[in-house]
Amino acid sequence: MRRQKEPLFQMSRREELPFLKAVFIRAVAVVLSLLVCALFIFLLTGLNPAEVYATMIDGAVGTSRRSWILVRDAMVLLCVSLALAPAFRMRFWNIGAEGQILVGGVATAACMIILGDALPAPALMLVIIVTSVLAGAIWGLIPALFKARWNTNETLFTLMLNYVAIQIVSYCVVFWENPAGSNSVGVINPSTNAGWLPSLFGAQYGWNVVIVLVLTAVMYLYMNHSKQGYEVAVVGESENTARYAGISVSRVIIRTMAISGGIAGLAGFILVSGSGHTISTTIADGRGYTAIVVAWLARFNPVYMILISFFLTFMERGAIQIATAYNLSEYASDMVTGIILFFILGSEFFINYQLRLRKKEAA
Amino acid sequence: MKKLLALLLALSMMLALAACGGDTSGDTTGDTGDAAATETEDTTSADDGAEAEETGDSAETTGTAIDPSEIQIGVIYIGDEQEAYTANHYNGLVAACEALGIDPDTQVINRWTVPESEAAADALYELADSGCDIIFATSFGHESYVLQVAAEYPDIQFFHATGYQAATSELTNVHNYFADIYQARFLGGVAAGMKLQEMIDNGTITEDQAKVGYVGAYPFAEVISGFTSFYLGVRSVCPSAVMQVTYVNSWSDAALESEAAQQLIADGCVIISQHSDTTGPATVCQTAQESGSEVYFVGYNIDMTAVAPDACLTSAKINWNVPMQHAIEAVLNGEAAAVDASYGLEEEAVEITPLNTAIIAEGTQEAVDADTAAIIDGSLQVFDTSTFTVGGETITSTVDIDGYNGNEYIVDGAFAESTLASAPAFAFIIDGVTAPEA
Repeated sequence: MRRQKEPLFQMSRREELPFLKAVFIRAVAVVLSLLVCALFIFLLTGLNPAEVYATMIDGAVGTSRRSWILVRDAMVLLCVSLALAPAFRMRFWNIGAEGQILVGGVATAACMIILGDALPAPALMLVIIVTSVLAGAIWGLIPALFKARWNTNETLFTLMLNYVAIQIVSYCVVFWENPAGSNSVGVINPSTNAGWLPSLFGAQYGWNVVIVLVLTAVMYLYMNHSKQGYEVAVVGESENTARYAGISVSRVIIRTMAISGGIAGLAGFILVSGSGHTISTTIADGRGYTAIVVAWLARFNPVYMILISFFLTFMERGAIQIATAYNLSEYASDMVTGIILFFILGSEFFINYQLRLRKKEAA
Repeated sequence: MKKLLALLLALSMMLALAACGGDTSGDTTGDTGDAAATETEDTTSADDGAEAEETGDSAETTGTAIDPSEIQIGVIYIGDEQEAYTANHYNGLVAACEALGIDPDTQVINRWTVPESEAAADALYELADSGCDIIFATSFGHESYVLQVAAEYPDIQFFHATGYQAATSELTNVHNYFADIYQARFLGGVAAGMKLQEMIDNGTITEDQAKVGYVGAYPFAEVISGFTSFYLGVRSVCPSAVMQVTYVNSWSDAALESEAAQQLIADGCVIISQHSDTTGPATVCQTAQESGSEVYFVGYNIDMTAVAPDACLTSAKINWNVPMQHAIEAVLNGEAAAVDASYGLEEEAVEITPLNTAIIAEGTQEAVDADTAAIIDGSLQVFDTSTFTVGGETITSTVDIDGYNGNEYIVDGAFAESTLASAPAFAFIIDGVTAPEA
């Protein structure tokens, strides 16, 4: 009998890596990606990569305004990641944050337009927040109900709901557009600033930071130190175990997705009321997908999510600055971000698996 | 389970990346590489210089003359150089700079692909902070953010193309500019009408089949004014022509624009024109020609003959250098620039590109030249109210019509386009045109 040939590489599950070693592998990945990017930059443009990296840092944090933009964008990304974390820990693949952000945003815009003059500022703000969270929660509940009742595939369901949300926003934009036919809503309530998140201690995005950081702390406690958070984890590990333990799986799914969608809706509120003050189909701008990367890389740990949100936003802001300073198209900088993400995600493989080369066989 | 996770991660990464680069049109890398190779040194130094004086000392604008070698110009574009509207705008700025002795490589900061969101405000603040004396914004939806930033930087002059709010904004440093593109579109219409009439005379089509198709972006005044002037040009030489309009609800979407053009051709249109930013419709007409059906085309923004050599008769084009040069000049001289500026054929701010002599009808050049002269000397009014009706009636006044805010646009028997504001205002669907409800 012929012996079966051993493959060149053998892949095997690793035991849990020591924390430092895992950090080391990730660090190597980041360094490698920066080297590949440097090569890429040099070959394609002939620029000095070190200078380009310096420009990136300058673009992200070079002035206080740039730093604030970095904070603003990182906070939104963090908020969306927080929304995804409980759903993903439950192994409920919520690809629909994009749509949940949009409905939250459109609900915010609706309140600002319709109630802008009708309510005093604090009441208006309260109504806006509640409405946007509810809108997002409903958008998260729909696939959860179907999943709990008929065991539908939530990945496809949530993804498809994104497109429905985009259509709803398109419809509302046409409804509110100014001037008629232009397909653009413009800044809402530019003179009264009704429904705009006010500045806090002179910082325009102060409230954005406060809201999201408080939410981060709450989410950390919820996921790690609450009964409901524990139920989420058990359902995620094994639905049968959960049932055996007397946990109502469908109840947990529905509750968790309402929370997940609600927080994504809140991210929509922050985008509309707290920064852009307008509504369009592009306000989510892919954050619903980028946040999946953030949530996974952070292993659903809200504290790590802060770091990763900042890192990804930092790369993005830096990339925009490169585009301006060197007159490159921003697509070139997207490629740089792509390379870095590729390496970081790739490093997860080496953290979870080890490769063994085929042993030399005695002839 | 782990494999599933790996797969999911890969999927989410793909989605994230797709979301980042979703609207990449065509091959960007090669060109950007070239641009960078030639402009690297200069742009870097410009940026450094700008950083140095970042303390907001741009007080030397209004009232004081600036030396052309000192001025800093900032621009935000909706697209990049791969896209016709932005390319045309950028070329206009470079020409204006060169005419005024400004170095477009070191004294201009270009921000490409700035969306119509708070990112526009971010980019405008950046430009203002880096010491620009004059800032241009090129897309309609940038306007709210221009107003927002301009209010905080009263010493910097802001010029916004295609907008309409400068006059009502109460900000003295915000200006709108545009061009009387309706004049060029009328001339493009004349060229198309001559071709149509030739096809009728040759027996290629009957009088009833003289149908024009138009790919429009959005159902609002800027687009409506454009296609109406084009249609009036066609009808001035081919009285039996009718026109069908399709809106794609996007300024720049090659796939949608192409699809709309194909549909119009399928509906029997033999002339296609467009008010959208890609060459999609031109390519469709060229393909139609190559497969044997006679469909002609009039382009926009750039000379589209290169894309559709057998179909493109001419293209209507704005020479942005004219309004931009006026704007920069005013700032250089320390004079107040016009709040609303729109220049036309006379100032060569609009034109039609050289007629495609291989395919135009006989006598087109003469007809176009005559109409050009007539428009310039005022004897020909593009929107002469005696040449069209709306719902069977002649328009006599706009005072009581919704959307005109009580303004009278009908002056001496013609709609006085782009006089009260630089942005087009003609928003009637005239008889002979079929357009979907807004």
